Amino acid sequence: MPGPIRACVCSKDYGAMKIVVLWTDWVVFFVMAATLLYAWKVRHTPHLASTWRKAFASPTGSAATTVLAAFVSIGVLDTLHYRRLLSNSTGTAPTYGTETLSLLDHLLRRQQAGKERSYSAPLAYLAYEKEAVTTNGETRRIYPRLINAGTHLQDPAHDRAADVLTRGFVGAIKGMFVAGLLAGLLTWFKSRRNGRGLAAAWFDIRSGRTRMPLRVVLTTVSVLCLLSGIVLALSVEYHVFGTDRVGNDLFYVVMKSLRTALVIGTLSTLVTMPIAVGLGILAGYLGGWIDEVIQYIYTVINSIPYVLLIAATVLILMTFIDNHADLFPTAANRTDARLFFLCVILGMTSWTDLCRLIRGEVIKLREAEYIQAAQAFGVGTWRILSVHLLPNVMHLILISMVISFSGLVLAEAVLSYVGIGVDPAMQSFGTLINTARLELSRKPAIWWTLATAFSFMFTLVLSANIFSDAVRDAFDPRAIHN
Amino acid sequence: MINYLARRVIYSLLVLAGINFLTFFLFFSINTPDDMARLQLGGKRVAAEAIERWKAEHGYDKPLYLNLKAGGTAMLTHTVFVENSLGILHLNFGKTLEGRDIAWELGKRVGPTLAMATPVFIVAVGLSIVFALGLMLFRYSTLDTVGVVALVALMSISSLFFIITGQYVFGKLMALAPLSGFSPGPGMFKFLVLPVAVYVLSQLGSDTRLYRTIFLEELGRDYVRTARAKGLSEIAVLLTHVLRNSLIPIITSAGLLLPALLTGAIVLESFFGIPGLGSFTIEGINNQDYAIVRAMVFFGSFVYVLTYLLTDFAYAWADPRVRLQ
Repeated sequence: MPGPIRACVCSKDYGAMKIVVLWTDWVVFFVMAATLLYAWKVRHTPHLASTWRKAFASPTGSAATTVLAAFVSIGVLDTLHYRRLLSNSTGTAPTYGTETLSLLDHLLRRQQAGKERSYSAPLAYLAYEKEAVTTNGETRRIYPRLINAGTHLQDPAHDRAADVLTRGFVGAIKGMFVAGLLAGLLTWFKSRRNGRGLAAAWFDIRSGRTRMPLRVVLTTVSVLCLLSGIVLALSVEYHVFGTDRVGNDLFYVVMKSLRTALVIGTLSTLVTMPIAVGLGILAGYLGGWIDEVIQYIYTVINSIPYVLLIAATVLILMTFIDNHADLFPTAANRTDARLFFLCVILGMTSWTDLCRLIRGEVIKLREAEYIQAAQAFGVGTWRILSVHLLPNVMHLILISMVISFSGLVLAEAVLSYVGIGVDPAMQSFGTLINTARLELSRKPAIWWTLATAFSFMFTLVLSANIFSDAVRDAFDPRAIHN
Repeated sequence: MINYLARRVIYSLLVLAGINFLTFFLFFSINTPDDMARLQLGGKRVAAEAIERWKAEHGYDKPLYLNLKAGGTAMLTHTVFVENSLGILHLNFGKTLEGRDIAWELGKRVGPTLAMATPVFIVAVGLSIVFALGLMLFRYSTLDTVGVVALVALMSISSLFFIITGQYVFGKLMALAPLSGFSPGPGMFKFLVLPVAVYVLSQLGSDTRLYRTIFLEELGRDYVRTARAKGLSEIAVLLTHVLRNSLIPIITSAGLLLPALLTGAIVLESFFGIPGLGSFTIEGINNQDYAIVRAMVFFGSFVYVLTYLLTDFAYAWADPRVRLQ
């Protein structure tokens, strides 16, 4: 008897917890494996290696890559999911919590658990709103102390500034220590590789005499370490970025939003890449009626304005999830399925551009001498497609993936704002901005939710844009504009 | 020329037929009319008669694609698909859940959307061309570098940021423009200033950068060198030679701006309270009103196909080679 299709594809028991792999997790792992495979291939292909080196050689490109790498590692931490063991008495099956947690949740458990009742400003020790408090039989409306921030202060009005400064300073020192450690490690590695002394290697890095701009990378790493050191040190006793309407620590929320943005930015292109590449190569190489049909299909899909297509599909998807509640056992499964399908839909609306590009390139390559030679040798069509054409359009695929990333991150915010993006229960930049839409008009204005969301989003998108510029310049300075 | 345009028109009609089939499939096959009825009537335990009654009321009580009960050609024509498509062909989109005629609503709401989209389109394209030409005059100088950095930064800012801060700073703090709302007639100007400005600003970065690359590529060509060799001033070269020859890629990208405009309309109209097509779509999504969303998808695609056709005509106007093909 076939069992019902489970939205949660895999969960395995490991004593104290149950490992959960959501749909998007599978795809993230797949992307990581594919990236590693590609990196291995690049190492062993001289012309690819030199092109990538060119992409990283620009100081802005390598700085942007470093920042992106930091964001990606946070996203990966947030991808390792598990469910906590609730009870494990002998004789009965162990029961697990219904909440699906990630490794990032575990690392930031203090911030996750340290909720307030409602809004509070960054580094505040008092709540944003007044509450009626009864002391000695007398009821007064005052700003109550926060439950989980600044509780260690005896006389907060007097001590807070000094406390914040000391903690920030200690955090900065710790951050610089980590950065120094990394710099030492890099120097040691460099000196071993080049067979030069440590001092000489350090001098090379410091004066920018390395093939890769290691000085820029180290500077970026130091800045990141410094900032995260300060934030982490302060977040032990304060809400560094304040709290939102339901009292969640914004530092935690914004860290969780990163994964959503990264997933949407990469998976959307990836999910539909096989269709775009396959159809594009087929149309370009075979021509004739196959070309006509494929062109017709992508013209039709391309002609539907993408917001409307997304609106329609999300509406349909919501009805489907409502009608088939049994397929999605936990809330995490539901929100994850919606994220997954949003990626598919976003990809569906964007594959047409890549398909058209690849078709055009293949039409040009079809007449190239090496393809004609292969045809003359009697090489089969599939072999020509996969061995001779595919590797030669790889750069287009790569460029289009990198370029679409930032656009997709921005689109997610707009779509979630309109209500056709990710599930409202899922932390993302869009849902965060959506909940904060009216906060500026309160008195005094609540600026911190929007400021946090927009500054993190800006950093992510800006580094992605700079990175994509570097990649595009290295691979193909003229092929795609914008 | 006539031949070329006729082929484009026929192809556009075929594309519209494809869109109609695709949207019908999306709306009626993934969730059947039964699911829709259940959703609207509420809950899982709805009597079968109630579902049948709801379907009959909305004209969904026939088989979707193939009516096996009817004989002959009626087997194909007495279906939801054919009736629904014929209705759309006659601009009869059916009724909203509240019983209003969708075609009438579309007619009423197209005005405000156009009133916002037209100035946005003209100002955004015009300003971007002016800025890009300006950067061209100072190309490879510090000013150019600073300009490009500023453009990348501008591209990286979410449009929501411009909307929210624009509304707060200009609408609330400085009280220069009303926060939201709309009035027909000449009074609409003050309601439209802020949304138009916000949208142009959010579009400026990517457009200017795109036009800059187009101009740069064009500047490397031989005819530009010839023009300079003739002793023409840099401004004359840019305005009469480069701009004219860059028109084709500019027209293409400006045509592609249209779906982006519809996107923008959906967000901006809901933010600024403009009763246009965008807010109608939002209403449809919030009420889970399939008829509205399907009508909007078809209408939006129709506009897009039409613009695409106009772009083709514009090509023929801008490039004699296309005309003579």
